Amino acid sequence: MALTALDIYKNLPQTNCGKCGFPTCLAFAMQLANKKASIDACPDISDDAKELLESSAAPPIKLVKVGSGDREIEMGDEVVMHRHEKTFYHPVAYALMVDDDSPDIESKVQATEEMKFERVGQEMQLDMIAVRSKSGDPAKFSSAISAVKGKTSVPLVLVSQNPAVIEEGLKACGPDRPLIHAATKDNYEKMAELAKANNCPLAVLEDSGLEELAELSKKVKEAGVEDIVLDLGKKPLGKLFQELTLVRRLAIKKLFRPLGYPVIMFAGGEGASEGLEAAIGTVKYASIVVMKEADRAIMYPLLTLRQNIYTDPQKPIQVKPGIYELNGPAEDSPVLITTNFSLTYFTVAGDIETSKVPSYLLVADSEGLSVMTAFAADKFTADTATELIESCGISDKVNHKKIIIPGQVARMSGKLNENSGWEVVVGPRDSSGLPKYLREYVGA
Amino acid sequence: MALELPKEKWVGKIGQVVIGALESEGGTRTSQVAIGGATSLPFLGFEGEYPNEPPIGMEIFDVVREDYPEVVRKPFEDVIDDPGKWAKKCVEEYGADMICIRMIGTNPEEENRSIEDAEQTIKELKEAVGVPLLIYGSGDEEKDAKVLEMASNVMAGERCLLGLAEEAAYKSISVATMSNDHGIVAFSNLDINLAKQMNILLTDFGVKLENIVMDPLQAGLGYGLEYSYSVIERIRLAALMGDKILQVPIMCGTTRMWNAREAFKEDAATGDSTSRAIFWEATTGLSALLAGADALLMRHPDAVKHVKESVKNLYGGGEQ
Ligand code: B12
Ligand code: SF4
Repeated sequence: MALTALDIYKNLPQTNCGKCGFPTCLAFAMQLANKKASIDACPDISDDAKELLESSAAPPIKLVKVGSGDREIEMGDEVVMHRHEKTFYHPVAYALMVDDDSPDIESKVQATEEMKFERVGQEMQLDMIAVRSKSGDPAKFSSAISAVKGKTSVPLVLVSQNPAVIEEGLKACGPDRPLIHAATKDNYEKMAELAKANNCPLAVLEDSGLEELAELSKKVKEAGVEDIVLDLGKKPLGKLFQELTLVRRLAIKKLFRPLGYPVIMFAGGEGASEGLEAAIGTVKYASIVVMKEADRAIMYPLLTLRQNIYTDPQKPIQVKPGIYELNGPAEDSPVLITTNFSLTYFTVAGDIETSKVPSYLLVADSEGLSVMTAFAADKFTADTATELIESCGISDKVNHKKIIIPGQVARMSGKLNENSGWEVVVGPRDSSGLPKYLREYVGA
Repeated sequence: MALELPKEKWVGKIGQVVIGALESEGGTRTSQVAIGGATSLPFLGFEGEYPNEPPIGMEIFDVVREDYPEVVRKPFEDVIDDPGKWAKKCVEEYGADMICIRMIGTNPEEENRSIEDAEQTIKELKEAVGVPLLIYGSGDEEKDAKVLEMASNVMAGERCLLGLAEEAAYKSISVATMSNDHGIVAFSNLDINLAKQMNILLTDFGVKLENIVMDPLQAGLGYGLEYSYSVIERIRLAALMGDKILQVPIMCGTTRMWNAREAFKEDAATGDSTSRAIFWEATTGLSALLAGADALLMRHPDAVKHVKESVKNLYGGGEQ
């Protein structure tokens, strides 16, 4: 938690000189606590106190960036334990791991690069590639990295505890700011140097306990590295899960700086088991999850889970209200209506596209609620539908006055007809019935 | 200075509901499950108790609808028309900790099976398996009153869970529950206040809090899962912080996920449909457990297997 006014006051000169523009130091402290004043306004504050106050204003979990260009990834900077308290800001990044001695690096990377999904209007794909030095040979590592870079521009994780290997790897990366994985208590001095020299984020790995991990991260920070990522190491899943929670709590609730960084996790298991470990990391507090496989049948649901968990609880994913033209409609094409909850829109639009029947889809502003929810909440009613029909200009586009409404809201048809003057046709309850329905509708 | 690990001091304790009566208790069940009993958040036994590894039940039907997805139909192809055999397979081959039968065939809008037929089904089921049973109606208020009264009598002394009690229809099912000392499943639709309201309605009506398990609706992955996740998490936090009326164990089903075609339709771009469906169901269930559910009901044997494995791994390993 952030410092209270009293905590801040204790660090001010307490002379009430008024130079800051406030009558007393306490008044100034209260403004600072509410983030309504800047610490710079007090000319007499000591350097130590200033540093302390400035650092306490920093976010509980540091924002760390990996990579460069348009596929750069931001992670950390989360402020809550539970998504309903505010929201989770920076979606976990999924990384596929390839070994430097693997003969099919290029095809593996190519396949992941091509693995792109679109779901409710959002693009979803893997975010990173982790290249692991299995051979221990710097030259081999370097050429593996070049091979990967030939296929993708996603940020990389360089996985080796041998500084000589990392050094070669970094040369192959150029200015791309990969994540170096990892500094341990045996190699951290060298690794910190490399991270500093190349301006790269550095993962610190310590599996013996959180206290030891905190010690190590402090040393790395003292060595001049600012962008740190934590790795709690390989341990039984139950233990890892508990530590992930503890790290998050220490950072957010205790402002414990040495663990106030994003966390990287290597999912164990294979196939669906690996996928479920990744799911656990997604829900509870990992910022990067590294996986050994990337099967579409696992990645698609996993990316969907991430999309769900990282949706802002205050605003459902929405599309813009208005007229959507599907399959190239003309003036005699059917007109349908739905709401602007993205899941609803994309389900309905997808079903209309499947029908291949040229259509107009009117999307009502339901503040992102589904048809049924909006109907129950009075946000999708005969009145709002009439308003949309009249304001969107659909009358200029078609030569008829006939609108198809969702079967679930059949109850609004009488009133809608009365209000708008449009003939109302009740469609299927589930839009999966639309392909058949629409084909028959235009055939008739 | 040693690093002090931040353990929450929860004041609340989630009730524990045991279902299935053993022979020594006057029943015929060969196993029991205990649901709930936690004084910590899920899998965080280091700061309280998390005494019962969440049991996983499997869901079957008295009659299978025609549109029952192929992916979940397949593992049961040989037994799907016989609930007793279906249940037996779930228990013996797939390790179901309990069986939940949904009596959808009794619905007057569907097959309108008679009470006698339904009784036959439940008797067969009782014989076929020794695990604890859950018996759910079809959602038709009038018919359910009769079906569940019958079920309560047939299963007298067996300590079942009957469901689903809803805001609009809970009285007759409450009576059925109380008359033979069964437990009840209180259903609410994705809303912490409704969940609470259900427990109040039931207890006001005379059902004891220690006989209630609540189902706050687990939406499917991609179809409102985030709402469920937060509702369950909020219910659990409120209970641990001392809200007595919410100190009731939570049981969720992955049922809804089987309405999401996206999860199991043929579509090469999103991978093999069987693997996808299984992972979709497993993820839906696991996320309910991570949010605070104490028990699950699921359908596909492989999804059950994967979630059980994850639960074992999460439950072991850490400090409990
Ligand atoms: C998730 C959810 C919520 C979320 C909101 C999610 C959102 N962004 O909309 C939350 C938790 C906020 C919520 C709140 C409420 N909800 Co709500 N909610 C649901 C739930 C579980 C799923 C809704 C959903 O996402 N469906 C998926 C989308 C794609 O469905 P859809 O928009 O209806 O579209 C389908 C069809 O309508 C059709 N269709 C759509 N457009 C078109 C167009 C044409 C032309 C055609 C032919 C077909 C068609 O095809 C689509 C695909 O099948 C449903 C129950 C359920 N399982 O359906 C209840 C439900 C919709 N909610 C309900 C209610 C009552 C409410 C509340 C009023 C109270 C409450 N406690 O639940 C509040 C109101 C919200 C408010 N005041 O802000 C009721 C509605 C009852 C009714 N008969 O009117 C439902 C049905 C639950 C129930 N059985 O009680 N809810
Ligand atoms: S300028 Fe500094 S010392 Fe003077 S009143 Fe303001 S806070 Fe106090």
